[in-house]
Amino acid sequence: MTDTPQTFTFSLNGTPTTVTAPPDLPVLWVLRDLLGVTGPKYGCGVDECRACTCHVDGRAFATCVTPVSAIDGHTITTIEGLAGTVPGAGPDTLHPVQQAWLEHDVPQCGWCQPGQIMMVSALLAQLPDPAAITDADIDKIRNVCRCGTYFRIREAIKRAGELLAEGADS
Amino acid sequence: MSILGNRVLRKEDPKFLSTGGTYGDDLPGDQALWATYVRSSAAHARLTGIDTSETLRRPGVVAAYAASDIDLPPLSPGLPGIPDVMARPLLAAGVARFVGEPVAVVLTEQRYQGEDATEAVAVDYEPLPVVVDPEESLAGGVLLFPEAGTNLATDFRVPPDESFFEGCEVVVRQRVLNPRVAPCPMEVRTSMASWGSDGRLTQWVSSQAPHAFRDALARLYDLEPEQVRVIAPDVGGGFGAKAGPYPEELLLGWLARAAGRPVRWTETRSESMVALGHGRGQIQDLAIGGTRDGRVLAYRLEVLQDAGAYPAIGAFLPFFTRLMTSGTYDIAKVQCSACAVVTNTTPVVAYRGAGRPEATAAIERAIDLFAAEIGADPAEVRRRNLVAPADFPYATATGATYDTGDYPRALELVLDAAGYSELRAEQARRREDGKAPLLGIGLSTYVEITNPVASFGEFAAVEVLTSGKARVYTGTSPHGQGHATVWATLASDQLGIPIDDIEVVANDTDLVASGVGTFGSRSLQAGGLAVHEASVMLVDQARRLAAELLEASAEDVVLDKVEGRFHVAGTPALSRSWSELAEHVADSGGLRVDQRSDPPGPTFPFGAHLAVVEVDASTGEVRLVRLVAVDDAGRIINPLLADGQRHGGLAQGAAQALMEEFRYDHDGNPVTSNLADYPMVSAAELPSFELLAMETPTPVNPLGAKGIGESGTIGSTPAVQNAVVDALAHLGVRHVDMPASPERVWRTLAEQRGKG
Repeated sequence: MTDTPQTFTFSLNGTPTTVTAPPDLPVLWVLRDLLGVTGPKYGCGVDECRACTCHVDGRAFATCVTPVSAIDGHTITTIEGLAGTVPGAGPDTLHPVQQAWLEHDVPQCGWCQPGQIMMVSALLAQLPDPAAITDADIDKIRNVCRCGTYFRIREAIKRAGELLAEGADS
Repeated sequence: MSILGNRVLRKEDPKFLSTGGTYGDDLPGDQALWATYVRSSAAHARLTGIDTSETLRRPGVVAAYAASDIDLPPLSPGLPGIPDVMARPLLAAGVARFVGEPVAVVLTEQRYQGEDATEAVAVDYEPLPVVVDPEESLAGGVLLFPEAGTNLATDFRVPPDESFFEGCEVVVRQRVLNPRVAPCPMEVRTSMASWGSDGRLTQWVSSQAPHAFRDALARLYDLEPEQVRVIAPDVGGGFGAKAGPYPEELLLGWLARAAGRPVRWTETRSESMVALGHGRGQIQDLAIGGTRDGRVLAYRLEVLQDAGAYPAIGAFLPFFTRLMTSGTYDIAKVQCSACAVVTNTTPVVAYRGAGRPEATAAIERAIDLFAAEIGADPAEVRRRNLVAPADFPYATATGATYDTGDYPRALELVLDAAGYSELRAEQARRREDGKAPLLGIGLSTYVEITNPVASFGEFAAVEVLTSGKARVYTGTSPHGQGHATVWATLASDQLGIPIDDIEVVANDTDLVASGVGTFGSRSLQAGGLAVHEASVMLVDQARRLAAELLEASAEDVVLDKVEGRFHVAGTPALSRSWSELAEHVADSGGLRVDQRSDPPGPTFPFGAHLAVVEVDASTGEVRLVRLVAVDDAGRIINPLLADGQRHGGLAQGAAQALMEEFRYDHDGNPVTSNLADYPMVSAAELPSFELLAMETPTPVNPLGAKGIGESGTIGSTPAVQNAVVDALAHLGVRHVDMPASPERVWRTLAEQRGKG
């Protein structure tokens, strides 16, 4: 990280944000160390565990291997800002994926769950009919949970799909 | 009506879902310097020079230290029998004994400066011969600690008895590997140390046992325990590996004192893979004998435990393996001979099950080998040999006394739910057909020991505040198990105060007077018990106070749990609320009970697992299709949380059977030291589990509860492994070691074809 620091501007959870950082500093460390946004976690640094997953322009990406230079001018959402993306969100609003996670009591140690939720919310947003999500779709999610909450993650994803579909209908 | 046994949703969840919790590395620490460790690149080498002069010129570097700078004693193994000379220095002193051992440390202003700075530390290594193989270590050709005169860390060996298998019509012998695995909590180790102007040391650490960590710091820095505060913030998984303190954590206080500033440290995943303790790591030689009609008469297990470079809890895993040698079976003659040796590898510690899964894996493989030898169905051989329900308490040949159980019922439940005979019929069809993937059906019946060192006891305090709300203080160290929910439930059940009005305080040694921690599936039966007992005593205290205020006799006063008010039986109109009572004694100690529980002994959960796998004979790929489980942990306080523990255990246990192995090359270089090389199971590899309910309460504690945290890992590993062997059994295969990776299964099949 010896590159000369440069200034980058992006939207972070709805707020225009400017940082000065070496251009190759991974987004994860910009968020955590420079901006104090700690929802995204460091787990492996090689895009294997997906605990650092956030959204860039609504798509999931691994912040641990993405340099800050790549997000200049883009819109970033972290777990802290996910509920704020729900139309008409208030302070107590939960995103449908968070709601489903709560209903199914998914977390144990909780550590990987921000990454799981960000990955799932991006995946569901891409599906034309989230209520019709299949096990094959879910198998594409390779986020690691050492507590082994996969059984409930699977159930909660399907529930989130239903909630999203209901929300779209109403 | 009791609220125990209900599926109460966790109180802990909302923060994890909205902001991601606050783990050690998430803490603000603007004034703190970052510590980065220089780690040995050699598995065994004399350190002839460590030069930090170039490092000190790098950007942001404040200081750099090697062992010669540190005036702190080495960490004694602290366990009986281990030679003192095997104590571990905080930084490698003179000799490095495993790749990843810290040899120097650098302090920098920013986190990212640490990596550049440590690269500039010049370490001169003079290679020494490397011992990776435990058998080679046992032979003693190369000694890791020449002063000890041996590589043996612990020795529970008993000589073979020539007459042991007399009377057996059949004796089967097999070497079984239980490979070393990486516990891999998703949160790597992280810690921060800070000295106050009052001379107190505060340390935040990702730990399963903050009070023990406090005591270790007090010993190391020659302080009174009261002068040390340890806080475990949210902890992102431990699985046993974060039960004990590590040198990298303990040294932070020294560094902070030297720097005059707080010092923090978070390892990388690659560091964590080689420097956080590993699990398992046994070579087992088993021999099982019995009659041709299926009665097992004698079982002998030899265990060679790999303790890694510095013996710790890992050296004692064989003690628990020995204790649980005969598993669920009533066998006339049982013997376990075990020892642990040091090798030039990462130290082995406790990992989910810690010595008991190894015992279960051995006996469950042995039963299947015996069944195969006599041509019997493995379910039938189990039926013939299980300890009978009438035989409890059941004393084993190796020193355990099983409290309660009904092993045959657990077995029949899984066989029925799985449709065992239909599965066997389907297997036969596929074997005829030859084209469909091979079908394997694997069984295990298990018993394990939880709260194994019951004499530790556990602390809890319960107090009711003037607001009428309650606070529970616990000495357990919740990090995903859901204690905040269950302890509040236990207190609510007695106090009649709603769960949402009960706060649980844990993981801070200044706020909780004493504690033991969370490991060995002990928390509910020790810590939960203390909460229950303290709550019962608090109600009694409040009842006496209410009687005084109501001018009645204490025996006549009852607590209306629905209203949360005390009144004389039959006259509810005149009553006192919790809030009023707390107000009344606010200036004289308040309403509070501190209680240390002392369960009289450990408990023995048990169960039966059935795994179904499909094996692609052309590629060796194994697919886990079904996992059916009975896990009887006595009385269940919250099925939702208990099932979560089972899910996790099943996932980890299946992953060990099929995927996980931490490997070294002959020179002691780790070859699986990141998450790209070390396989971690994800949702895609796992089926939905079929969990069956069974509750056989224990008389050991008034809750009737046993531990549940490790059951899943203990039962599932052998069930899955047995299923893989079963899929190949008709081809003449009798054993496949773990992990049953595609390569290993393919090789086994290729060898078998070569034989035929």
